[in-house]
Amino acid sequence: MSNIDVLIVGAGPAGMAAANTARRFGFDVLVVDDQPSPGGQIWRSVETVAAAPRGALLGKAYQEGKAVADAFRASGALYEPRTQLWQIEPGFRAFVTHDAKAGMIEASTVILATGAQERPVPFPGWTLPGVLTVGAAQVLLKSAGQIPGKPVWVAGCGPLLLLYLVQLLRAGGRIAGYLDTTPPGRHWAALPHLPKAMRATGELLKGLAWKVTLNRRRVPIVKHVVDLEANGSDQVESIRYRTAHGHDRTVPADILLVHEGVVPSIHATLGLGCAVEWRDDQDCYVPILDRWGETSQPGIFVAGDGAGIAGANAAQLRGALAALRIAVKLGRVSEQIALEEAGPLQRELDHALALRPFLEAMFKPRAQIFAPSDDTIVCRCEEVTARDIYAMAQVGRPGPNQVKAFTRAGMGPCQGRQCGYTVTRILAAAENKPAGEVGFYRVRPPLKPVTLGELAALDQQEKAS
Amino acid sequence: MHPDIIVIGAGAVGAAIAYGLARKRLRVLVLDGDDGDYRAARANFGLVWLQGKGLNMPVYQELTRRSVDLWPDFAAELASLTATDLQYEHNGGLVFCLGEDAFEKRRLDLQRLHNELGGAEADWQMLDRVELAKLFPKIRFGADVTGASFGRRDGHANPLRLLAALHAGIVRLGGDLRRNGAVRQIVPGDEGFTIVFGEENVSAPRLVIAAGLGCQVLARQLDLDIPLRPQRGQVLVTERLAPFLPLPASGLRQTREGTVMIGATHEETGFDISTTAVAAADLSRRTVRLVPALADATLVRQWAGLRIMTPDSCPIYALSRTYPGAFVALCHSGVTLAALHAVVLAEAIASGELPTSFDAFHQRRFDVPKAA
Amino acid sequence: MFRKLHEPVAEAVTIHIEGVPVAAETGESVAAVLLREPVLWSRTTPVTRSKRAPYCMIGVCFDCLARVDGVASVQTCLTPVRDGMRVERQQGRRCLTA
Repeated sequence: MSNIDVLIVGAGPAGMAAANTARRFGFDVLVVDDQPSPGGQIWRSVETVAAAPRGALLGKAYQEGKAVADAFRASGALYEPRTQLWQIEPGFRAFVTHDAKAGMIEASTVILATGAQERPVPFPGWTLPGVLTVGAAQVLLKSAGQIPGKPVWVAGCGPLLLLYLVQLLRAGGRIAGYLDTTPPGRHWAALPHLPKAMRATGELLKGLAWKVTLNRRRVPIVKHVVDLEANGSDQVESIRYRTAHGHDRTVPADILLVHEGVVPSIHATLGLGCAVEWRDDQDCYVPILDRWGETSQPGIFVAGDGAGIAGANAAQLRGALAALRIAVKLGRVSEQIALEEAGPLQRELDHALALRPFLEAMFKPRAQIFAPSDDTIVCRCEEVTARDIYAMAQVGRPGPNQVKAFTRAGMGPCQGRQCGYTVTRILAAAENKPAGEVGFYRVRPPLKPVTLGELAALDQQEKAS
Repeated sequence: MHPDIIVIGAGAVGAAIAYGLARKRLRVLVLDGDDGDYRAARANFGLVWLQGKGLNMPVYQELTRRSVDLWPDFAAELASLTATDLQYEHNGGLVFCLGEDAFEKRRLDLQRLHNELGGAEADWQMLDRVELAKLFPKIRFGADVTGASFGRRDGHANPLRLLAALHAGIVRLGGDLRRNGAVRQIVPGDEGFTIVFGEENVSAPRLVIAAGLGCQVLARQLDLDIPLRPQRGQVLVTERLAPFLPLPASGLRQTREGTVMIGATHEETGFDISTTAVAAADLSRRTVRLVPALADATLVRQWAGLRIMTPDSCPIYALSRTYPGAFVALCHSGVTLAALHAVVLAEAIASGELPTSFDAFHQRRFDVPKAA
Repeated sequence: MFRKLHEPVAEAVTIHIEGVPVAAETGESVAAVLLREPVLWSRTTPVTRSKRAPYCMIGVCFDCLARVDGVASVQTCLTPVRDGMRVERQQGRRCLTA
């Protein structure tokens, strides 16, 4: 195969839907993904687990992924699992590694469907063994069928957290307590968005049902938690929390799961020079996209949660829309027909997105996340504390790249995925500037680590299929 | 503040000069650009290097030697003033040779340089493979490595810490450092210069333009025609590794943190700081030829910076004739020359004139018509 | 630590963690197995030698790095288990073999 028509990065709902649609137009499609099987995070391991006993407890929305994966496998798209994309250059020339071998792919168009990650939540002790994200716990449930051995403490807020608690209970897990960090007043803040959200009544009711389940199962819930600490020498031994009302309690724990929302993965988008914008309502950057999902770089699209957190249905719709637009760009279908086909997809997408403003207002992250205490590690990789960042922020209104240069924050293997937002917000507060004006670290390749040996042997011919 | 002197640019050159001026008790105002500007100083490799410098321009070799000899005291004083460890080491440095021809060529080049300076005591020697192995007990070199040239005056430092320390030093000594202030306009007047930056105007009787590639546009406003071009250098940095490279080499050094830096390309690509996989592959190939064990190291980041290149690769130090009180200083070896800039050049600028030893570095040298 | 649900096992394999044989099953990641160990830490950082264990499970935190079959700095959350696999904790700055 010489030149790929469509390179899709990510085999989650968006990537698979994009591949399925692109294949209908007869394109040469290649999908690369770093996981061993399709599904992304929301449908992790769905091919093997949907029919397994735990498939049922994970829920119908999870099990639905199996049909999409089946269609994907049958679509005729080339699929390369366990493949990491580390760079894309204009042209497009995409560089990937698989099985310790680096190679190059030439593609006419690219769809980035790399999904999202949890919002980094720095607090004292968050780097201790035993602290994991709720998303991580959900991955463990899906892909390894495992749950915390002892009653587990869960802290944070958001739909994903509620869903996991319910799934955990169904699986026979026990919850020591749910430290709800939703600040007081969020219900009122969310209320104006409720009418629009009613268009997604099904989803709203699901969320309510989760809450009812937690109440019925008498899950201890502590409301309005404002501060959190994990303590222990080699791993978590206790956690301490403080509420808005001043209650200060320390409890024994061996696992602490945290979650304060999900943010789009923007590394690849930033690395490719695509324009992004800061969204106050979502407390994160999102790529600037047209209605088809095309970025400011012609030929590069973003589909799925990477375009904005919206769930699996929206992701599939975005994937299909991007592929449709590519079909027009590469002359396989007329603009007229594409618009006709896109109409219902767009309407369905609007429907799926109707719930978002309500959820975003309801679960807007608390301010403390962005103002960690002095001793809190902000950069996990380089172990740079908040104190170091605050000190830097005082000297001459630096930007994030200056802070990185002088503190090493953002220089480790994760290249700012866990600290970038914290640094940006600290600078925004110190300089009394909107976060959007402060910016983010400059993202450079490799987007994922690659060894010098792999680079030295870089096969720059077209990747053998 | 009524500054005695304004320095435009707080990269390696501007910051070192400003620090030196503040040391001489001048009231200094330093204007630095934006977080996203080209900023060669943030892309630097970190060598404090003498060997091989100044082929065809012996005065540059002398200038470099002067700076390298000043570096230890300069570093100690700056480190002490700002409580920053510059991670400066000066135990010598190497240039590896791959293949017999390269070894011989290197020897000849260095011999020629040595002769150009009139036979002073040699501060370099060639090491064959066996001698090289003794210096690096933890390494098995690649089969092609025939040896290296060893320069005993060479060394390395952390270029980002150097920059941070210079900034802190400027402020500590009473200077004023302003960021996010790209200078657009210089207005000469009877009493000096008025600089327009951002929304503000500042004035001082004297001015130093040390804005890297930005010097050209600014100097033109003072009737100084500076020939400059950007030259791209791409650099790789690995994950942190246990110490195993005790001496820096040109293009390969291990930092105190344990990361290994690999560089650099020399590309004439204009004002483009994008990186290329081809360069990453080329640099990696060379590295793995030198030290095969590095094949297993993961690359964490690749970046590109733009060297400030003059037609003969040597610095430009010039005092404007039309506007006395205005100096221009630029080079592509801001780290190596930092000591000279902070001590000798700053003193000269403070006194109002450059010594004759700097004549060779005036940009007028480029006006000489080329021989037919 | 985490524990497995009582489900029919997919396909049992054995991996070795620090030389000790441990039960695992095809389809799960090395990180998942590491999180079933009573002592959770699987690496120490190259900066201060602090103990770390897998955190995000999706490849964006790099705290799950370990030596797998002799290769260091492997993201164990992206590595499916294989029968006979040897896993060792990665401690401090990685040492390249001479």
